Amino acid sequence: MELLSGADMLIRSLQDEGIEYIYGYPGGAALHIYDALFRQDKVKHILVRHEQAAVHMADGYARATGKPGTVLVTSGPGATNTITGIATAFMDSIPMVVLCGQVASTLIGEDAFQETDMMGVSRPVVKHNLSVRHPEEIPEVIRKAYYIAATGRPGPVVVDIPKDMTTPNERYEYSYPKKVKLRSYNPAVRGHAGQIKKAVDMLMAAKRPMIYAGGGVILGKASSQLTELTKTLGFPITNTLMGIGCYPATDKQHLGWLGMHGTYEANMAMHHSDLILCVGARFDDRVTNATEKFCPGARIIHIDIDPASISKTIDADVPIVGPVDAVLKEMLSLVKESKDKPDADALAAWWKQIEEWRAFHGMRYETSPDVIKPQEVVEMLWKLTNGDAFVTSDVGQHQMFAAQYYKFDKPNRWINSGGLGTMGFGLPAAMGIKLTHPDDEVLCFTGEGSIQMNIQELSTCKQYNLPVKIINLNNQALGMVKQWQDMNYESRHAESYMESLPDFIKLAEAYGHVGVRIERKEDLEPKLKEVLAMKDKLVFVDIYVDRFEHVYPMQVARGSMKDMWLSKTERV
Amino acid sequence: MRRIISVLLENEPGALSRVVGLFSQRNYNIETLTVAPTEDETLSRLTVTTTGSDKVIEQITKQLNKLIEVVKLVDLTEGSHIERELMLVKLKATGSQRAEIKRTVDIFRGQIVDVTSSVYTVQLAGDSEKLDGFIQAVGTSGILEVVRTGVSGIARGEKVLSL
Repeated sequence: MELLSGADMLIRSLQDEGIEYIYGYPGGAALHIYDALFRQDKVKHILVRHEQAAVHMADGYARATGKPGTVLVTSGPGATNTITGIATAFMDSIPMVVLCGQVASTLIGEDAFQETDMMGVSRPVVKHNLSVRHPEEIPEVIRKAYYIAATGRPGPVVVDIPKDMTTPNERYEYSYPKKVKLRSYNPAVRGHAGQIKKAVDMLMAAKRPMIYAGGGVILGKASSQLTELTKTLGFPITNTLMGIGCYPATDKQHLGWLGMHGTYEANMAMHHSDLILCVGARFDDRVTNATEKFCPGARIIHIDIDPASISKTIDADVPIVGPVDAVLKEMLSLVKESKDKPDADALAAWWKQIEEWRAFHGMRYETSPDVIKPQEVVEMLWKLTNGDAFVTSDVGQHQMFAAQYYKFDKPNRWINSGGLGTMGFGLPAAMGIKLTHPDDEVLCFTGEGSIQMNIQELSTCKQYNLPVKIINLNNQALGMVKQWQDMNYESRHAESYMESLPDFIKLAEAYGHVGVRIERKEDLEPKLKEVLAMKDKLVFVDIYVDRFEHVYPMQVARGSMKDMWLSKTERV
Repeated sequence: MRRIISVLLENEPGALSRVVGLFSQRNYNIETLTVAPTEDETLSRLTVTTTGSDKVIEQITKQLNKLIEVVKLVDLTEGSHIERELMLVKLKATGSQRAEIKRTVDIFRGQIVDVTSSVYTVQLAGDSEKLDGFIQAVGTSGILEVVRTGVSGIARGEKVLSL
């Protein structure tokens, strides 16, 4: 057996785990590890400009590829800077391993330089965290970390590594465990057959069924199973913001996404349904609106890998704990074998009703001859990229516009911070995707508020040549905050307006990129075409859009699913 | 409703803080908490008493089960069970009080485990209501100090919580 130092064992473990990229930032407690990285070339390290961005990069990579991302940072501030990124990944169940340096074990608890209790600080926002107590444990700890991060309901795992665990001249026998067994961690591998049968019987008997799918379908790689089941049943389907792309958005059975800024037809159909098949979603407050008024006539089947997600906010009539792909596959075969068929007459009447809602067309915006509407920028980019781009977003109005008007037909293409709502997520996430998808178009929709939360990463983009396209929907305000202030605070715009915005064009140029400003409506299409033609350049596109636009539909606060504002003046 | 949840936990550093952290993060109550290693040194047994609606209790057990270090758990209040708590009480004991306290301790089947000319230290085991009853019986005016362990519990009969 080979003798390796702790640091070399760590890097070798990453190689054996098949890790291609790690995103990080060096510092004192991580220097033995960085030295081990330097002496090999299998695992590539991407140097960011702020540790939060390293986590979002790993996150973007994980969401686009379905594989766990990896981050390496030093102790203290290096570690604490990752927290927002880790919390972002935790809320959206993204698999990730964050390796944190720590002061030497002999110094822990002495308030040593750059010491932070990262185990304690990270505990509420990780799936699990592990601390290395002896160098010999490193291969097993790393294997465990990836296993826990990627299985069951995925999530971030932090590994805390005291500096004396990686000392170069102390060597130990290295072998990487093939398997890891944890007696206290056994995620379900299939759903309960009796419950699945019960669910299928209910599906067949439903008069006004709805399928409500979430991010779990994408994480569980179950889009094809979901699509086939939905087509076979002929049921209407909606999905959450996190579930965008799990079912083709341009298909006629798709009603768009639901919830606070969901479509009129999706929210109406949910409210009036008699059976909801929830697949890998969690009835969160941005979906249900007031829980006591949620879908009064609906019985609920809830499929989720995490038992704690079931009946947390909305009680399920038929809970099914299991991986969504396996459960859907089993459901599909039961549906196909079944002598019963869905009630055709009831379904026809239900579709007639839904088409009426659809014809009412809740998702609309008024165009103007001279002002650029943010929605039309998104629609135009959707057309110009043939609906095939990877699209990341930051958080706010632009996020909702992007999700509403870019139609995703494939999973893993819409990348946003849905649960935590982290401004500053979009650019680093886009970088993580571009790095591994160099031939694909990667767009980052952002606003002048969000982009400034991680704008330093323009420098990382230069270093690694990451030609993403930044689409800054510039309304010269924190748009979503302003919208809420317009609607709930009599337009008192407390701190939602930013003075002294930088000249983004010059800023992009200062970092060695291209900047394009679009102010006039007639320039929008030709300039966007020029931007997309610059394949090997990062282009920062600063688009001056309507400053007064609101996102609609918007559910009325504390109402039911069907209570919505459709414009500034229409309430249904 | 009051519940007693009994948990087998990996006996590892940090495992307890995860359990306690979960309760505060998710706004659940902890009324008492006891924890100690079992005959299997890799496992700790933790007993937590809590209150909440059925929905909250269901979430508590599910969320606890999600913690990687939680091996197994049971809500003891779902079946018949035995619960015990140990209390040490330091009481003022002078003059005629001495005989009176001794009688009360006997009635509650406690023991006087330390004596000085003016103080008795009493040890008492039982369910929490019994311990409350003793405190009421001797009256708070004579009490110098109380220390209680919190509840430990075990199911009655054949049922066991083990691997």
